[in-house]
Amino acid sequence: MKTIYIMWIRELKRYWRSKSRMVGSLGQPLLFLLALGYGLGATFQKAGEGNYMNFLAPGIIGMSIIFTSIFSGIQVIWDRQFGFLKETMVAPVSRFNIMIGRTLGGATIAAIQGMVVFILALIFTSFRPYNWFLVFPAVLVMLLVGTMFTALGTAIASQLEDMQGFQLIMNFLVMPLFFLSGALFPLDGLPPVLVIITKFDPLSYGIDAFRILLANTGHYPLSLDVSVLAVITFCFLSVGAYLFSKIQI
Amino acid sequence: MNNIIEVKNLTKKFGDFTAVNNISFDVKQGEIFAFLGPNGAGKSTTIKMLTTLLNPTGGHISLNGFNPTSQSAKVRKSFGIVFQDPSLDDELTAWENMEFHGVLYNVEKKLRRQRIEQLMTLVELWDRKDSLVKEFSGGMKRRLEIARGLLHHPKIMFLDEPTLGLDPQTRNHMWTYLQDLNKSEGITVFFSTHYMEEADRVAQRIAIIDHGKIISSGTSQELQAQTQTASLEDAFLKLTGNVIRDEGASSTDKLRTHRQWRGGGRR
Repeated sequence: MKTIYIMWIRELKRYWRSKSRMVGSLGQPLLFLLALGYGLGATFQKAGEGNYMNFLAPGIIGMSIIFTSIFSGIQVIWDRQFGFLKETMVAPVSRFNIMIGRTLGGATIAAIQGMVVFILALIFTSFRPYNWFLVFPAVLVMLLVGTMFTALGTAIASQLEDMQGFQLIMNFLVMPLFFLSGALFPLDGLPPVLVIITKFDPLSYGIDAFRILLANTGHYPLSLDVSVLAVITFCFLSVGAYLFSKIQI
Repeated sequence: MNNIIEVKNLTKKFGDFTAVNNISFDVKQGEIFAFLGPNGAGKSTTIKMLTTLLNPTGGHISLNGFNPTSQSAKVRKSFGIVFQDPSLDDELTAWENMEFHGVLYNVEKKLRRQRIEQLMTLVELWDRKDSLVKEFSGGMKRRLEIARGLLHHPKIMFLDEPTLGLDPQTRNHMWTYLQDLNKSEGITVFFSTHYMEEADRVAQRIAIIDHGKIISSGTSQELQAQTQTASLEDAFLKLTGNVIRDEGASSTDKLRTHRQWRGGGRR
């Protein structure tokens, strides 16, 4: 327990101290919200789909969560490069707990980023949650999605020697996961190939859950979203913990 | 005195390359033991196997009576280590790095706080306890790492080229402290270095490794007598030859170059 706690607090402290990371990571979601939200809003409305900003904001929250959490997971590579990983690897504690602590830390940061985007959307756009009480369960789903992708990032980072593969991960994993998740467009009436792809994209279920809770529109039932997320999170956590425990330096 | 480290026929292969080739040696409890060798000879690989970071391809290790592969937790409790490269978290303060270590090693809170103050005072960093480690010089980082390695009162202290890049003052200070600790607490010290006069001065016994094999071991006098030379440096050169070794660039080096190109920026 103590191990998990100290790893968690370490992630939070590092996050809190790097103000540039915090601010820098908010520029992109804000740009997406303003440019797409207002740029496509009228067209979306004309197509009879309703308020695009309310539709888009949960998607952008999902975007900032996947970026933040995969990045937190990838930090394992930095720790390897800068030596700190060795300090945790020679400590007489289970590596499973170390991995869980790190992952929960990454998930917490991701949920905080998600909430910050939520607040930015309230300030800068016309987005309003349809029921304020549902913001709380939405935060829980943010934590779940954050855990899922931090675990995935950790699993990948455990297999990488250095940051060379980082661009690869961004371009061939994170970007496709984001763009094919229905963060920007509705999942109804898609071409069959895209339907299949979005079904296999775990982020789809996260964003769908945010949308149900924050904007009262959704594609799948909430119970399905949460079950799929829980199962995949469990799988990623197991694989991540296994690969992390097998790291040799 | 009994052996706190026993190594028998230890081998480590990376693909076709044999980094450590069938070596055997013992280190007695309370001894200061130097592990010397040219670059790429297998020093760090051996230390990594002793400290549970790498699994051996073959052979047997006993450290404080435990096997690093099958009893890793017990082995990990037995030693403290200062790595060749820094292993501190730059984004945390000096005190937080110590605290982190203490929690991971399950040192009880009151005792932990007490020892942190004591050790940090000793390495003269207590007044800088709230500074972020990234603001520290190389020497300060080393001192902090030594203090950290001792926090859980290990039986064995591993130091992999600990004085690399340190000024003579810091180096002296560090060894005086480690020798005191060796005498008062009976801590076994296992270190590798490129400074022969350092090994000559502090080590009670020395092993020289080259091309993954231990080519000689004994006291400094024994090594000099064996090679009929007048200093440990000459003995070392006679044993290992004069050819300059190249070590493959580590991924860290590659990354540093890469970062320079991209203009730095950690995140």
